[in-house]
Amino acid sequence: MNLLNISSPHATRPGNTGTVMLTVLAALIPGIAVLSYFFGPGHLIQICLASATALLCEAAILYVRKKPILFYLTDYSALLTAVLLAISLPPYAPYWVTIVATLFAIIIAKHLYGGLGQNPFNPAMIGFALVLVSFPVEMTTSWSAPSALLNSSISIQDALRYIFLSRETIDAITMATPLDLYKHQVEIATATEIYQDPIFHGPNSDASIALGWQWVNFAFLLGGAFLLWKKIFTWHVPVSLLISLSLLSLFIGWDSDSYVPLSLHLFAGATMLGAFFIATDPVTASTTPLGKLIYGAGIGILIYVIRTWGAYPDAVAFAVLLMNFCAPLIDQYSQPRTYGHKKAVRGLAKKD
Amino acid sequence: MNMHHYTLHDFKGGIHPEQNKSQSTGQDISTAGIPKILILPISQHIGAPAVPLVKVGDVVLKGQVIAQGEDFVSCNLHAPTSGVISAISEAPVPNQSGMQDTCIQITTDGNDSWPPIKGLDNYLDAEPQALIEAISQAGISGMGGAGFPTHVKASIPASKIDTLIINAAECEPYITSDDALMRENAADIIKGIEILQAILKPQQCYIGIEDNKPEAIKALQDALKENKDDTHGIHVVVIPTKYPSGGEKQLIQILTGLEVPVAGLPADIGIVCQNIGTVRAIFQAVALGRPLISRITTITGDTVAHPQNFEVLLGTPVQYLLEQAGCDQNKIQRLIMGGPMMGFTITDNQIPVTKTSNCIIAATHNELADPAMEQACIRCGMCTQACPAQLLPQQLLWFAKSSNLDQAQAHNISDCIECGACSYVCPSNIPLVQYYRFAKGEIKQAKADKQSSEQAKLRFDTRNARLEREEAEKAEKRKARAEAAAKKQAAKKDAPPTEDATAAASDPAAELKGLKQKVLASQTRVDKARERLSMAQEQNLDTAGALQLGLDKQIEKLAIAQKNLEQANS
Repeated sequence: MNLLNISSPHATRPGNTGTVMLTVLAALIPGIAVLSYFFGPGHLIQICLASATALLCEAAILYVRKKPILFYLTDYSALLTAVLLAISLPPYAPYWVTIVATLFAIIIAKHLYGGLGQNPFNPAMIGFALVLVSFPVEMTTSWSAPSALLNSSISIQDALRYIFLSRETIDAITMATPLDLYKHQVEIATATEIYQDPIFHGPNSDASIALGWQWVNFAFLLGGAFLLWKKIFTWHVPVSLLISLSLLSLFIGWDSDSYVPLSLHLFAGATMLGAFFIATDPVTASTTPLGKLIYGAGIGILIYVIRTWGAYPDAVAFAVLLMNFCAPLIDQYSQPRTYGHKKAVRGLAKKD
Repeated sequence: MNMHHYTLHDFKGGIHPEQNKSQSTGQDISTAGIPKILILPISQHIGAPAVPLVKVGDVVLKGQVIAQGEDFVSCNLHAPTSGVISAISEAPVPNQSGMQDTCIQITTDGNDSWPPIKGLDNYLDAEPQALIEAISQAGISGMGGAGFPTHVKASIPASKIDTLIINAAECEPYITSDDALMRENAADIIKGIEILQAILKPQQCYIGIEDNKPEAIKALQDALKENKDDTHGIHVVVIPTKYPSGGEKQLIQILTGLEVPVAGLPADIGIVCQNIGTVRAIFQAVALGRPLISRITTITGDTVAHPQNFEVLLGTPVQYLLEQAGCDQNKIQRLIMGGPMMGFTITDNQIPVTKTSNCIIAATHNELADPAMEQACIRCGMCTQACPAQLLPQQLLWFAKSSNLDQAQAHNISDCIECGACSYVCPSNIPLVQYYRFAKGEIKQAKADKQSSEQAKLRFDTRNARLEREEAEKAEKRKARAEAAAKKQAAKKDAPPTEDATAAASDPAAELKGLKQKVLASQTRVDKARERLSMAQEQNLDTAGALQLGLDKQIEKLAIAQKNLEQANS
């Protein structure tokens, strides 16, 4: 009889980090499906491309760092970063944009900081921000129009050609995103005029907010609700993000003749993806309950500020990265009150 | 009726692990019987170990005191059955660290013969002091796990207590010993609570019990109905099943909404908590005069063919119990004393059951899997959600890992109750509690080191001061001697040597000098004695008491010398 001698607790919940990452990936499926339905196979190709790049370069870095490769690859964190990055990028961005973004996310934003759990910034958003500022043309002209507005839907061959070979005829399938369109049109037109554009109501007036985009956002919202139910993250970040964004939009941008209306803020951009899948990345977010509320609200405010007064039509990446900077500080000043204590500790311990 | 509706207060965090309780609740409690040998550690409680009253070869009767708790915070130990003392020696005891301790070993004779025992008559009308004395004599300590001497808790002035809480939550998986006891002995339990009420005179009394024990709840309610009238004010409060609701602090929070202040006791907020098993032992001690010699222990786990609860004599080796329950001992991979969340593994099956052993789990490999490889913390915060003490477990992990003890303390690591909820939920399989134990140990060590170095410095300074003073004294003496010699020389020259000796003796100046020297000398002795005492205290030597007496005497002498000097001066 050879008895094990270890200290308590002896019972643990089954599962590991990989299970968490796979659950999040599963929750992305409805969003990816809807994206592909409305915008063609571009995102799927980008997902494959980014995933392959991420896994290969993660394996290479692990080899260089002398870490067990399979053990770390099966935490699926690189895969999740790749998928999140791929669905954030324009579906028909050239292949090298995706590869550069992925390499930068995995090598610089993740491993150079010490690997999983050590990175202060969301790797996918670092990759996204890099290519957004470096390759503005590719990043703004590769969004496809919803397939209902095209003469024929985009075939896989066409998609592969746009991404890997030639971008000669890509103008035929691309158009500005609804947020981009509204933001630029509102300076010269009224809301009623802007809403004439079929991207908002669809060719047969079958969309109420923005063709395709509204369903993409609903699908990500659904996935997020699933993760909340699975207790992968708590409600704090997404709820405070959505509330702060909504409140700003209602109080400042109530006049849709001058500002992008609330409905577009919530359902026409990357808001739901950002609120439920990007801002909730636990490694880079605040971790205390109060801290999460502050962190989420900060992202919501920054999204509104950048979208309204900044140069970019969408702003999830920059808003998240800016709040990543603040997360450690927020954590120190939002500690919960420990059982039996009269009040919560604020800040770090003073050095003697 | 006792079915009042109570406003329950939830505690933050908590988890719902697999309960694994049904395995051992199928059968009634059976008696484990008398093993050939009983091994009784003299320290089964918190406080000073009991002092053995017997020697090897002594014949003892069942219930005879074999070791006495001489301190107030200590417990008597009784022979669980009749037999012969066959050894008093070091043996492995139930302990986190697998340590050995002094144990009294009884070779049983199988007669199980009692001397006559008798409880207190009309005990509910007895003086509280008499009841406490009966509890103290019976050697009862908390049977839920901590093992705090019960008579100490019962001695808290009744004026300070307004709520008595009986902890029947039994929230850890696998353990069903309290559940079984309540099902079968509810009446005794109620009577035991009445004894505590007679001592502590609380305004209210709650039995906190998790809703996963419907039969026990019914048994308690029936016992309350049968019990005379409804004047005893005992309320069975059913609480939701959630680990660790049976933690004393958490149960208090659930039932009253109050929190035990940091570094304080439940008595600070007018509450006393007692465990179900303890309450039954109190009833047996006071009403029947039966000392604590047995307890209910759950024997369970997948290697056990008939998991069930046993009435076990204290000192029964675990191996004997496993055999009684039909355990395939070759299949055991992990042998746990206590529950799977806070219990500890034992590696020796000769370790005995003590007053606090509520459960033994003989688990297979599949049942409690080997610890998985630790992955990186992804700061998911599931630990923060689970922590019942509202700590930030993942922040504490960083501080523990980097030995950043200042920050760990600032983040209240000392408030961690080591319930294991954080480790249980951690998706990265990080042994969080183990990291905290490490950090707590480091903090304790650092504090001890600091205290010891401060004391060493104090000792060094005192010694230096004494040496300086001694040197000064010597110099003065030398000077005085030289002066005296010079005077003598001068006197010899000036006058004929008459009446010299008598003059010196009656010379008040010389007398004064002598007294002064006496004061200085006894000052030095006081300093030396003080130094020795502080050294002994620092090393926790037993001689400290004697040294203290010596110091007191020297101080007395110094005072006398000073008084003499003053008188001579005036």
